Parts: sequence; C-alpha cells; structure tokens
Amino acid sequence: MNRYQAIKDLWEERRAFSGRVYVAIGLCALLLAFLVLRLVQLQVVQHEYFSTRADDNRMRLVAVPPVRGLIFDRNGALLAHNQPSFVLNIVPEQAHKLDDTLARLGRLVKISERDMTRFRDRLHKTPRYRPVALRSNLSAEEVANFEINRYDFRNDGAAVDASLVRAYPLGAQASHLIGYVGGISDADYATLNESQYSGLTQIGKSGVEKSHEDALRGMPGNKIVEANAGGRPLRELDYKGGTPGANLYLSIDARLQSVAEQALGELDGAAVAIDPRSGEVLALVSKPGFDPQLFVDGIDGASYRALLEDPDRPLYSRALLGAYPPGSTMKPFIAVAGLIAGTLNPDAKVFDPGYFQLPGGERRYRCWKRSGHGWVDLNTAIQKSCDVYFYQAALNMGIDRIVSVLDGFGFGRVSGLDLPSERTGLLPTRAWKQKMYRQAWFPGETLNTGIGQGYLTVTPLQLAQATARLAMHGGGFKPHLLHAVEDPVSHDITAVRPEALPPVDARDTAAFDKVIAAMELVALPGGTAYAVFKDAPYRVAAKTGTAQVAGLRQDETVAAKLETVAYRLRDHALFIAFAPADDPQIAVAVVAEHAGHGGTSAAPVARALMDQYLLGRVTYKNPATAPLPVPAVDVEEPDEDSDEHPDGWQSAPMPSLPDSGAVPPPL
Amino acid sequence: MTVNVSVISSAPKPVGSWGAWFARWHFDLVLGLLLMAVAGLGLFVLYSATGQSLGMVISQAQRLVLGLVVMVVLAQAPPEFYRAAAPWFYGFSMLLLVAVAVLGQHAKGAQRWLDLGVMRFQPSELMKLAAPIAVAAYLQSRHLPPSFGTILVSLALIMVPTGLIAIQPDLGTALLVVTAGVLALFFGGLRWRWIILAVGAVAAAAPLLWLKLHDYQRNRLLTFLDPERDPLGAGYHITQSKIAIGSGGLFGKGWLMGTQAKLDFLPEAHTDFIFAVYSEELGLIGVMLLLLLYTAIVVRCLVISMRGQDTFQRLLAGSLGLTFFIYVFINCGMVIGLVPVVGVPLPLVSYGGTSAVTLLAGFGILMSVQTHRKLLTS
Repeated sequence: MNRYQAIKDLWEERRAFSGRVYVAIGLCALLLAFLVLRLVQLQVVQHEYFSTRADDNRMRLVAVPPVRGLIFDRNGALLAHNQPSFVLNIVPEQAHKLDDTLARLGRLVKISERDMTRFRDRLHKTPRYRPVALRSNLSAEEVANFEINRYDFRNDGAAVDASLVRAYPLGAQASHLIGYVGGISDADYATLNESQYSGLTQIGKSGVEKSHEDALRGMPGNKIVEANAGGRPLRELDYKGGTPGANLYLSIDARLQSVAEQALGELDGAAVAIDPRSGEVLALVSKPGFDPQLFVDGIDGASYRALLEDPDRPLYSRALLGAYPPGSTMKPFIAVAGLIAGTLNPDAKVFDPGYFQLPGGERRYRCWKRSGHGWVDLNTAIQKSCDVYFYQAALNMGIDRIVSVLDGFGFGRVSGLDLPSERTGLLPTRAWKQKMYRQAWFPGETLNTGIGQGYLTVTPLQLAQATARLAMHGGGFKPHLLHAVEDPVSHDITAVRPEALPPVDARDTAAFDKVIAAMELVALPGGTAYAVFKDAPYRVAAKTGTAQVAGLRQDETVAAKLETVAYRLRDHALFIAFAPADDPQIAVAVVAEHAGHGGTSAAPVARALMDQYLLGRVTYKNPATAPLPVPAVDVEEPDEDSDEHPDGWQSAPMPSLPDSGAVPPPL
Repeated sequence: MTVNVSVISSAPKPVGSWGAWFARWHFDLVLGLLLMAVAGLGLFVLYSATGQSLGMVISQAQRLVLGLVVMVVLAQAPPEFYRAAAPWFYGFSMLLLVAVAVLGQHAKGAQRWLDLGVMRFQPSELMKLAAPIAVAAYLQSRHLPPSFGTILVSLALIMVPTGLIAIQPDLGTALLVVTAGVLALFFGGLRWRWIILAVGAVAAAAPLLWLKLHDYQRNRLLTFLDPERDPLGAGYHITQSKIAIGSGGLFGKGWLMGTQAKLDFLPEAHTDFIFAVYSEELGLIGVMLLLLLYTAIVVRCLVISMRGQDTFQRLLAGSLGLTFFIYVFINCGMVIGLVPVVGVPLPLVSYGGTSAVTLLAGFGILMSVQTHRKLLTS
C-alpha cells in the first residue's frame, strides 16, 4: 500500500462510483428507448411503406413478346412463318478475353466484317450481362462445329441460342403481296402504341405483314422478375402470357400465284386474279419480285442499293402501284357506258375506213388496222378491237358520261384492297384538266379516252376488279386478301364476309349481257385472243389491249444502251378476261411490260391462271414465254385477226396539246 | 456490501454452481454465455448477409474463437497486473500509432494498418484498451473526484492517441477511444460542472470541427441529416438500410429470405450494415432479442464493475462495459438513421478484423476483475 492510497477515501470513491453506474444505466435506458422507438417507427408504423419500396427495388416488369401469327393461303399452304434460327451469342461479362474469344470463334463459324461491326455496335448498347448476337442464321454445320468445341468456350460466355425468325417459303414469288417484317424504326415508333410493342423488335413493313400488322402481332404479355441492384433478373415471380398473333388465311391461292409467276416468265409485269363472286383476290403477282428474307435481318447497304438501282425495279409493286394506260382493254367498259347512256346502238354499224375524223376536223385518228375494218357493229368492234368504232362511241357519249360509268367500275379510285399502298391511276375529267393544265377539255381527248389512251391510266388491280364487276353485271364485291382469321386462343376460324359494292348501274343489266357476248367472241375464231383460247374447255369473255409507252414513261432514270432503250419503248401488252363466261368464277387482268401485244404475251398468262383455277392444271403451253431480245413490234401474226397493232395509231403524249384548230364542242 | 453479496448469490442455483466451477478457471459463465449467444446469432446472420458463404462464416468463427481464447488467457492475469502494466502497454500502443502515422500502409484510402508480414495489424484497436486502462490506472493513483490537473493529464492521455487515430483518418475508432477514456473519467467521479462545461465546449467547437472534416465525412453528416438528399449517392446506404429494416416488419421476412441484402441493394451488408440484414430477416421481435442480449451483457459488465475491489478495477470495468453499449448504440443508431454513418461495426456480429478480438480481449479483462476477487474483503 502506498502513501496515496492511505489517504484516499476508498469508501467515498466506491459510493461515488455506484452513483455513476446508476447514471450510466439511466443513460443506457434512455438511448435504448430511442433505438426501440425508432425501430418501432420503421418496422411497425412505416412497415407498409418500406415493404412497397423493397418490392419496387427488386421487382422488374419484363415484356413477353407475342409470337407473330402465321400467314397461309386459302388452302392452308404456308406463306409466312416463324422459323427457329440459331444465333451465336456472347455474354460480354463472361468473356474475359473478348478479342481472343472472337478470334477462336472465327475459326469455327464464318464471321464477316459486317457481323463484327454490328456486334461491336450492339456491344456498347447492351448491359454487360445480356447476350449480344454475333452471328444469326447459323448453318447446321456451323452449329455442330461450335457444339463440338463448346468445352473450349466454357469461360467465354459464348453460346448458340435458338430464336424465332420470320421466314417466307415462297421467296420472291409473293414478295410484294406478303411483304416482310423489319426492325422497328424511329419513324415507326413515332406512330405506334408502345405498350403493344413491348419486347418486340420487329414490325410489318410492307404487304400483308404491314396491313394486317395488328392482327398478326398479338398482344405482349409480361412477367415480373426479381432483379438485383445491378438490374440483373434472377428469377421469375409472376408470368402473364400475352396473346399470340392471329393466323391469317389469305384469299390467295399459292399454286395459282406460282402459275402466274411462271407464265409471266422473264417478263416484267403484273397479273391479278379475282373471284368475282366474293371479291377475293386469288393471285396478285408483280414481277420481278425480291427476296423478302433480306429485310428481316436488316438489309445491308449494298444489297439495298442493288435493289433500288435495278432497272427492272423489283421493289416496285406493279399490281397496285403501276399506273398503265389500259389501251383496248378499256373498250368493253366504254361499250357498257355507251349502252347505259343510250348513245350506243349495238346493232348499228359504223364504217371504219382505217381512220376517224372529228366533224369539221382535219386530223385523222387512226384505227390500228390501216386498211380499216369496214362496216362493224358492237360484236365485231370488240372482237377485232376496232378503234374507229370506239372513237365514234366515245364521241357520241361525251367525256362526262364516260367518266361517270368508268368511275362506277372503280377506275381513278383506290379499290380498298387490304394492302398498305395503292395508286388511284387517273380517270381524267374536265375539272381535272382545268385544274392541271388550266385548259378546256378537247374532243380529241374524249376519243383517246375511248380507246384507253391519253390521260387515262389504271392499275392492274383496278383492271381486274373492273373485269370482275363486268362479269357480275355491274355488281360485285370489294376486293380483299383476307379470307379467314384463326383466333389465336380458341382456334376458331372466322371467314371474312365479302362486302358488296353498289352496282355500276342498276337500270340496265342487258347492257352487260351484250358486252359479255361480244367479249366471248374475242376468244373465238376471228377474235384477237383466239390463238390462245381456241382449245379452252370453258367459255371465256376476254379483251386484249396494247398500251403505247413511248413518251409516257416519266420514271426512266437509267440511261441504257440502244437496244435497251428500244426495249423500254416497246408497248405494254394487256389482257383482261373472266371465265366461265356464263358463270364467272375467276376474273383476270394481266399487264406484261414492253411485251408488244396483249394477245400473244399477256393472254397466255391469263389462260394459265384460268386453267389452273378452273381445271386444276395448266393445259396451255405458251410458245412465247422466252425472253424477247429484240423489238418485235413489226412482226405481224400470219393471221391478221389474231391481234391488234397500234403503230398507225395517233398517240396523245402527255401533256397533250390541242390537236386541231377548230374543234366543235362534243355533243 | 453484504446486501450486494446476497443479491448475487441469489442467482439460480445450477448456474451458480456451474458458475463457481468456471470462476475457478477465471471464466465468468454469465458473461461468457451471453457473449457466445450473441456471437452465435451473429454467425447465423452473417451466413445470410454474405450470400450464404460458408467460407466467410468459418473465417469469422475462427476469429471469434481466437478472440475467446485471448479473452480466457487475459482473464488468467489478475487486475493488478493490468494496472502495473498500464504505462508499458499504453506506451507500446502509442509507439505503434506513431509508426502507423509514419510508415503505415494505405488501406481503403486511410492509413490504419501496420503490415507485420504475417498479418496486417491495426494499432488503433490496441488503443481502445490501452487508453481506458491508462486512465483508470492514473486515476487510481489520484484523489477522487479528480482535480483540474488530474483531469488535464487524463485528457492528455486520451486525446493524444485519439488525435493520431483521427488523422489516419478513422473517425469511428477515434470516437470509441475517446468514449472509453472519457467514460473512465466519468466513472471516476468527474464533477458535473466539468461535464456540462465540456458538453458546452464541444458544441461550441462543432463548427470548427466541421472545417477539419474530410469531404466524405461531411457528406456522411449531411446525408445523416437528410438521407433523401441524394438517394442514389451518399444517402444510398441509409435509404436502403431503412428500406431493409422497415420492410422486415414485426416478424421479419425469415432467415435467408431478406431481399435487400441478397439482391445487393444493401451495401456493406455483412460488415457495418449487418444489423439491417438482421432486422429485415428477423423483424422487430428478433431485434428485441438481440438488444436484450446486448443489454444483458452491459448490465453484467456494470455489475462486475460495481464489485471491483479497487478504483482501477471499477473504472476500467465500467468504462469497458459502457463503451460496449456505445458501440451497439452507434452501430444500430447509424443503420436506422438515428446517428450519422461512422465506421463502427456491430459488436460480435459484423464480419471482420481485429475489432471482435479487441472486444473479447476487453471482456477477458472484465472476467479477470470478476474472478480474481479476494472474497475475504467483501
């Protein structure tokens, strides 16, 4: 014991210490009370609030994209489907030596420069734990190559995954009609409802894929996944599947489509077949086509340029966008108009000296047959395609009455077919000309309209539809491509009801009988299409046509060689027909560009279509489907009646000028 | 005193007899069981908080066992030994602190570690014990309540190492060293007027202190005052830990079922913020159990301190026990947003380092105080 301790008041120190301990205990109790109160506040009072925040933290809503509906033809043949495709993916997070991984993959799988650029591009836009596609559409061999060596890539985050890719089994055959899907562009995003596209990367870009996008797409579902603080999904908490897209059955007959494609051979042009009894489009061909598959993955610049610069313009849907002068195929409709107007007497004969002159006019409007047809009535005029007869008929009727009936047939208006874009063609009226050229309508223009030339242009679809309505004596239905829709859930198939159109003219169905009878003569001996239809086992009502091109085509951009120019200046061949004449089941319009005359190049296509549709097989072998290397304008058929020839015919290039000085007003 | 003895011996008989047996080996059974209960609970939470990493649980268990061994070893020496060794121990710790300041290794941007080759060592941990021991030993040699001079010397003993630790900078440890030292002074009978004066002085010096703080330390304080100020940045810790605790509710989400920690929303889930994991998974009921265990430990420490046979023993035991409580309070308080975020682990539960060993070493000294009493004098 030292000195200090002896003096210290040990008892007092002990007592003071105890006092301090009680103070300390009090302090502890106070602090503990703070803790407990705060915990009660957090865990009991605010529990709901924090629970919600914890759930918000961890739960992520992830879209489940719907499977796109399939497209079938009317008989169930597949036109568009979703094909499993093998994609080589890399998860960047797991690829520790990315360049080395890519180099080794390159030895197993073909990786182009383009693949690499696209991969690097996507790499920067994707979270590191998400797979990035390096190559899609791997071949079976490539998949096998990779799988065999899979062990070598166990630390590289590389894997081959299957995904669904839109595929078009018919390829170029129905490319304009079916269309294609492609990546959703910014322009698409500007108009679409984003909730309908959550999780989707593609959208219908053209054709049926675009016009029936809503039905094909379906509705996306969603799932709730638990994600960690980095956003990586860990497990699925809830799944709400969307609605898959509806399967569509088109009115198209794939075999008919294919037959038309083959019948057109190397020719550019369009063929449209419509069932007049329902307005269903049976075939809708535009040649040349393109490979829609190119667009599904995202087309590369070189291929796209090649398509755009191709002088045959494969991306151009001729059946709906091509506005052609109808030529003589317009004559039956002019005849119907004249009969309805009462200005045309079918039995009265008109003398054709080989030309026509307006009363008091100098200018001669030539008939295609220079020597003239002599005395012709309506039957002969249609059978032989006499121009003079229809000059007279048009003149008698006047442009206003012509327009009113042609408008009834649907010329100059879109048909309303369920495809994204369609041209109206041009049905010229006085008002239109005043507006366009600030000029009065001249009678010479009425004459040109009477033989389907001049300002008048029509699309192949309009021509086919008008033919169908002619076959139905002015009745008929709105043309449509959708035949039936299969409900994606119940698998019930609902047929699309045809929509009847107001008749062209209800007053006079006899007019149609007379014209149809005359059109039957076209396929009979002495008619312009007899050569093609002479052995057809069904009755055909038809009309050939030739449309002059020179000076009309405004869209020539490619300066071609001399013979090509000659080819490009050749006339378009047109042909309309329906069969059987007394019980119409198929109406056809064919346009063959630069193919000369309708009887030899367009009519065989129609024949093939009708054979296929009515007989189930093609019985006619077209001798003239081979490509024509040199202009054959001057080649005359041995049988003079077999076709018309427009070289003597006075054209009215656009814009037309007044063709003579003193012209009396029409009628 | 006889009253006290009778209260203590009225503890349940079986424990008492077992306790007597253990006491012969200088092991306080009540304190030991409570510590092991908390440590065991801690290992369970740690397993969940580390994403079910058995490896980390085992390494933590090894550290705890090491701590328990240190505790038992330290309990063998009589309190007189610690009093005698106090100047040497304090001097040694100071030496190491200076060494750290001069040639310490950078870790986490702060100079705290001394690389001994075999292991890295944090001398500030030693000071947590050395400071209260030195103050208690010093006050034992003076008249109490302490005179002004005695207070100044004590404060010097506390503040010099604290300053060295604070400039490392390790605010959490500095705070605990100050606490331990000042509490020894407090138990020594520091007059209330000095206490009030000191509190006033600290309050006045606060703005000055603010200027001395590092940016991240200021941020922590600001964030404490308004955690939603920057919910994705500096306030992220506290916001996420409040979400974890609050969403736990009364009964908790269940062991291993906490989403906040498991999905990485909660930062430092297995170290400083492990209390949030515990609260999320075991709820308010579980938290109450843990706080009850901690409180029981503190109470046991204070009981031991009151039985201390001289002033040194009482001051040291009281200081260590109350410091332990301050530990718990600061960690829990910061996790639930009551006090600013300072790097103080949840004692015996948080994963990591030397702090658990230091704590258990302190409890070893407490057990020494408890079990080396000469019963004749009581």
